[in-house]
Amino acid sequence: MIATFLIQDGVTNGAIYALLGLALVLLFSVTRVIFIPQGEFVAYGALTLALLDGGKVPATISLLVCFGAIAFLFDLWSMRRGADARTFLRSVALNLVLPGAIYGITVMLAPLGLPSVAKALLTILIITPMGAYVYRIAYRPLADASVLVLLIASVGVHLAMMGLGLVFFGAEGLRANPLADDNFNIGSLMVSAQSLCIYGATITIIIGLYLFFERTLLGKALRATAVNRLGARLVGVRTHLTGVTAFTLAAAIGAVSGVLIGPITTIYYDTGFLIGLKGFVAAIIGGLASFPITAIAAIGVGLVESFSSFFASSYKEVIVFGLIIPVLIWLSLSHGFHEEE
Amino acid sequence: MKNRFFAGMAPVAALSLSLFASSALADVTIGVTISSTGPGAALGIPLKNSVELWPTEVGGEKLKVIVLDDAGDPSIATTNARRFVNDDKVDVMVGSALTPASIAVAGVAAESNTPHLGCSPVPPNISKGKWTFIMPQDAGLIAKNLFAKMKADGVKTVGYIGFSDSYGDLWMGQFKAIGEQYGLKVIADERYARPDTSVSGQVLKLVAARPDAVFVGASGTGAALPQIGLRERGFTGKIYQTHGAVTFDFLRIAGKAADNTIFASGPAMAPEALPDTAETKPEGMAYVTAYEKKFGPGTRTQFGPHINDAMAILKKAIPIALKKAKPGTPEFRAALRDAIETGGPFAASQGVFNFKADDHLGLDDRAVVLFTAKNGKFEITK
Repeated sequence: MIATFLIQDGVTNGAIYALLGLALVLLFSVTRVIFIPQGEFVAYGALTLALLDGGKVPATISLLVCFGAIAFLFDLWSMRRGADARTFLRSVALNLVLPGAIYGITVMLAPLGLPSVAKALLTILIITPMGAYVYRIAYRPLADASVLVLLIASVGVHLAMMGLGLVFFGAEGLRANPLADDNFNIGSLMVSAQSLCIYGATITIIIGLYLFFERTLLGKALRATAVNRLGARLVGVRTHLTGVTAFTLAAAIGAVSGVLIGPITTIYYDTGFLIGLKGFVAAIIGGLASFPITAIAAIGVGLVESFSSFFASSYKEVIVFGLIIPVLIWLSLSHGFHEEE
Repeated sequence: MKNRFFAGMAPVAALSLSLFASSALADVTIGVTISSTGPGAALGIPLKNSVELWPTEVGGEKLKVIVLDDAGDPSIATTNARRFVNDDKVDVMVGSALTPASIAVAGVAAESNTPHLGCSPVPPNISKGKWTFIMPQDAGLIAKNLFAKMKADGVKTVGYIGFSDSYGDLWMGQFKAIGEQYGLKVIADERYARPDTSVSGQVLKLVAARPDAVFVGASGTGAALPQIGLRERGFTGKIYQTHGAVTFDFLRIAGKAADNTIFASGPAMAPEALPDTAETKPEGMAYVTAYEKKFGPGTRTQFGPHINDAMAILKKAIPIALKKAKPGTPEFRAALRDAIETGGPFAASQGVFNFKADDHLGLDDRAVVLFTAKNGKFEITK
């Protein structure tokens, strides 16, 4: 009886970790960035949804406009030696018009009391472009740097985004309303509609990613970049485009996770980091390369977490993060030593 | 050539330094280190806001207030405190909002002989320090009142759930120390961390242990997570919360699940509801009115008043110390420390402080009120 509750709880959290783990693997394989701030997108998503629930205009939209403006300045700087009108117009549209439009839509719609699904979609719409801007501002200038430099940049982006979260959302936690309020009884087990949403979204995103990578040209270009960056460039893949695509996808996945987790727990401006780290544990178990192993490992992390919170709650984090050590030993023994880059 | 230039500059530099020093000597300098970012931001921000309500002069002396952020990190708090002592030559230090950072400040206060008013609870070995005085209610005082209430409610077995940090240990320590005197037996001890996304495992174990009541040793909105979880899993017994959980944000997050929960609190959360004879009412009303005028209605917190109380003490103690020495000197700091220790009682918003040489907590039962949450409001309970 208790075990079924714990399994259910573990699978629900594990599904969220799986989404984060997948985003981390996606980013690492395409851009070699270990993206620590992935959790921040989750927190931004959850807090934006909670503010929309309260009928307020979320501060994230001003943040989005600022990000867009900074990205535009970066574009201007790189165009300083002359650029054609098409590049310029595309930069204006992407960095200034798009966030402006989202700003306008949000200000108009926020006080109307939308249905919860519409609020969730609006949240995802607000957060997703941030991925592209973060890439433009922090990572594109470093695209050819080593993994270590990219990791250090990630730490910087994480600290900056967490600080901005404190400024824009305040220090106290928020909780969103669930997308659906119903509960179902399956035998003795009570299943909330929200957790069904989580399972559904996770499975949909996994299938979606599979189809994207296997069936679309852009997806294949991303895979090609992941396998060999220089080779992909030689055959005409625009590697900057794949970078933008990967970051936008990751931000969208983060926003979806935020929308899903916001109603089941209290989210603070700094909660995202810990959730992201647990996704990272799963991604490490998947060797930062395998999507299916990452997803399964994430469910495992969720289960370990929920059972250890029952049997030894004071040591929960120790047990969860301790999982990573035997895996690292096994990975390094089975692959031998690689020199960095 | 170069040497001659510097030789020429030296007296000028020395002169300007002494000019600065003498102008600084005229003011009473207060160094405040607070965690306005980082994990303690929810506690630190109201403290920082409250500093803005301080007067600009006390006893005819201008106040020079320096506020630094320590992000709740003991090493940054130490750096801040050393800066206060070595560079700014402060007369008194205030802070921090989190226990580890306050301990760090207390350490610097003791070695530099600077009076220190701490704004978070600290372990007994720190509050015994000669130069440190503590503003918030001690866990022992709160526990005494809450345990007495639990005994009166007929509670015999208690399930405990608290933060997996020193705050959580603090309350478990109180159960071990004095729980037995009130006939309370802890039959489950569960821990969680504030950023956890779920406490289902812990809550299931608590419910399975069938205690008469659950005691939550957590603070801020983080204390709402087990509260909601327990009610979701059908726990019908009483739930008791510490003064760290008394915020309007808690009620907003917990909603209906908070009803009938008992909270211990300082009187400054609801000075309006106190009888007119209460010594804490005038300071409490003045502070809450000024704070909510500046930061909006319903923004008062349990933590901000500690800054107000530090000033309430200094307002009385600084004039006494000024009679003995000039600000900026070691003699003034010693006189100020003595004035704080012996100049009481100081009626403030969270209680009446009456420090003694062996008691730097200084509060008594007047510093605790009990609330029951009803329909999204705190109501005073006997």
